[in-house]
Amino acid sequence: MKKIFIIIALTVALLSCGNSTQKNSTQKIGLTGAGATFPLPFYNLAFKTYNKSHGTLVTYGGIGSGGGIRSLKDKIVDFGASDAYLSDKKMGQMPFPIVHVPTCMGAVVVAYNIEGIGELHLTPEVLSDIFLGNITKWNDNKIADINTNIKLPELPITVVYRSDGSGTTYVFSDYLSKISNDWKEKVGCAKSLRWPTGIAAKGNPGVAGTIAQTKGAIGYIGSEYAFSLNIPVAVLQNKSGNYIKPSLESISAPASAAIPADTRVMLTNSPAKDAYPIACFTWIVLYKEQAYDGRKIEQAEATIKLLKWMLEDTAQNLTKKVHYAPLPVAAKENAKAILQTITFEGKALK
Amino acid sequence: MKDRALKIGLLVSGTIVLLIMGGIVFTLMSGALPTIKEYGLSFIFSSEWNPNPDREQYGALPFIMGTLMTSFLALLLCIPLSFPIALFTGEYFKGTKAASFISTMVDLLAGIPSIVYGLWGFYTLRPLMVELGLSQQGFGVFTSALVLTIMIIPYATSLSSEFIRMVPNDIKEAAFAMGATRFEVIKKVIFPAAGSGIFASYILALGRALGETMAVTMLIGNVNAIPMGLFDSGNTMASVIANQFGEADGLKLSSLITIGLLLFLLTAIVNSLGRLIIKKLSA
Repeated sequence: MKKIFIIIALTVALLSCGNSTQKNSTQKIGLTGAGATFPLPFYNLAFKTYNKSHGTLVTYGGIGSGGGIRSLKDKIVDFGASDAYLSDKKMGQMPFPIVHVPTCMGAVVVAYNIEGIGELHLTPEVLSDIFLGNITKWNDNKIADINTNIKLPELPITVVYRSDGSGTTYVFSDYLSKISNDWKEKVGCAKSLRWPTGIAAKGNPGVAGTIAQTKGAIGYIGSEYAFSLNIPVAVLQNKSGNYIKPSLESISAPASAAIPADTRVMLTNSPAKDAYPIACFTWIVLYKEQAYDGRKIEQAEATIKLLKWMLEDTAQNLTKKVHYAPLPVAAKENAKAILQTITFEGKALK
Repeated sequence: MKDRALKIGLLVSGTIVLLIMGGIVFTLMSGALPTIKEYGLSFIFSSEWNPNPDREQYGALPFIMGTLMTSFLALLLCIPLSFPIALFTGEYFKGTKAASFISTMVDLLAGIPSIVYGLWGFYTLRPLMVELGLSQQGFGVFTSALVLTIMIIPYATSLSSEFIRMVPNDIKEAAFAMGATRFEVIKKVIFPAAGSGIFASYILALGRALGETMAVTMLIGNVNAIPMGLFDSGNTMASVIANQFGEADGLKLSSLITIGLLLFLLTAIVNSLGRLIIKKLSA
């Protein structure tokens, strides 16, 4: 008995020695990110593809834009993701300076659940009235007047919004604040709001699921969630007066206008003729100086390598598969320039 | 020597538990300090919850009301369901295979994870409520209370069943010998003898309902306002913390921690009141 025990103990000891020397030379680097659920379909596809081609596993947690920034603040992730860029004040509250790198463009769509009608058309006034709770039934005159070719039922309207801190909420409320002074005064624009009416669910998937399961519901979600669950989306009237459906072209149109060098701009309510009114960038946020808290240079290099790959055509073309839009040329150039400014101990990273 | 070592070991583990408890309370209180400084006691009675950073305003009343409404409604609905089961397994069919089968099944209910209850509630119970015409979208206080009822039945049943079983046979037989019917034995002998134990089991069940998070947050509608009717949507203390904790900071984080502290105090008060009543009943 004792002999067998000694042999087993020695074997285990030898094996563990062997492993430790091997580990140092071929240790795989894993990256972690957390944040918005809005670009989750794109990020999941992109990171899976990246793992296949480059062998680096990227774990992304869709915990909401607010959670992503908090995780980055607590330095427990390599990068955060948000559909709402941080204000100068919020940037000042982070422990070290940060940069925003746009990764793709998307649309916040207005999804609804009414049986047996065709496309729903909504003007900015009617949209804000619905979400303010001023219109409570689907067959209200205000909605019927702009949808003369469909018969709306006498169904109460159930507004669905986000219960957690959300960049999608920020983009949608930014649009509503621009088109309705009432909304701007009563509710405002933020990741979490005091909604006048409706019920809440957690995450883009939660809101999409609730809309799909509730007759007479209307809510705002990322475009991919509407398409993958086959939830009909409203055709919105944009600033130029045209009714625009969310599509690759209409989402990219707003970004053809000038954008600042740090890409921190909201693209809602664009004046462009064929622009979808609620389009937005989504950003990956990370620290400008990557040598913080004992962070290794390999980890920083791997992060930059991933982000550079996200801006290349292979990754950008994946956006079409998930009904989002790739970055237009100007935004891509800005993003690449921003990546060049990221340093490790003061030196630029390759 | 071994005796002393055992004694010291037990004292140490007891002290560690006390220290952990104290640590938790201390962390909660220090986290709640900014909110208490800002609002004072009015935090408990204010029903305004505006998380927009430009116009922040926090108040805990909607969540306290939501928690109390769902938990007490669940307890109310649970009593007529769990008491007969406890009688069945503890008295009427005591010792039979049927009784052990039923109590095993009821105990299994306690093993189902609460998220599974939430899922079942969302996809099965909610459409049922809509079809019955009780509620427009199926969310609300009543639906959450129904799911909570099912979740707390095992706690109430198994404990009260034990107490009913523990009533000594001789006093029951004495009552039968005097010509009492089965019902009279239950009313006049079992109930007084096991009463405080049964009451304790309901306090335990209530405590479980007060703190339940996942199942409630999927069914209550997450509306930060006081529910006006039984089928209105609302929110509970545990649910709002689960939803908004991830990205909260500053005054919002402190308000959520204060709500956690209030939930902790509420559970402690309920448990102490229960213990007081049990003492009075058995005295």
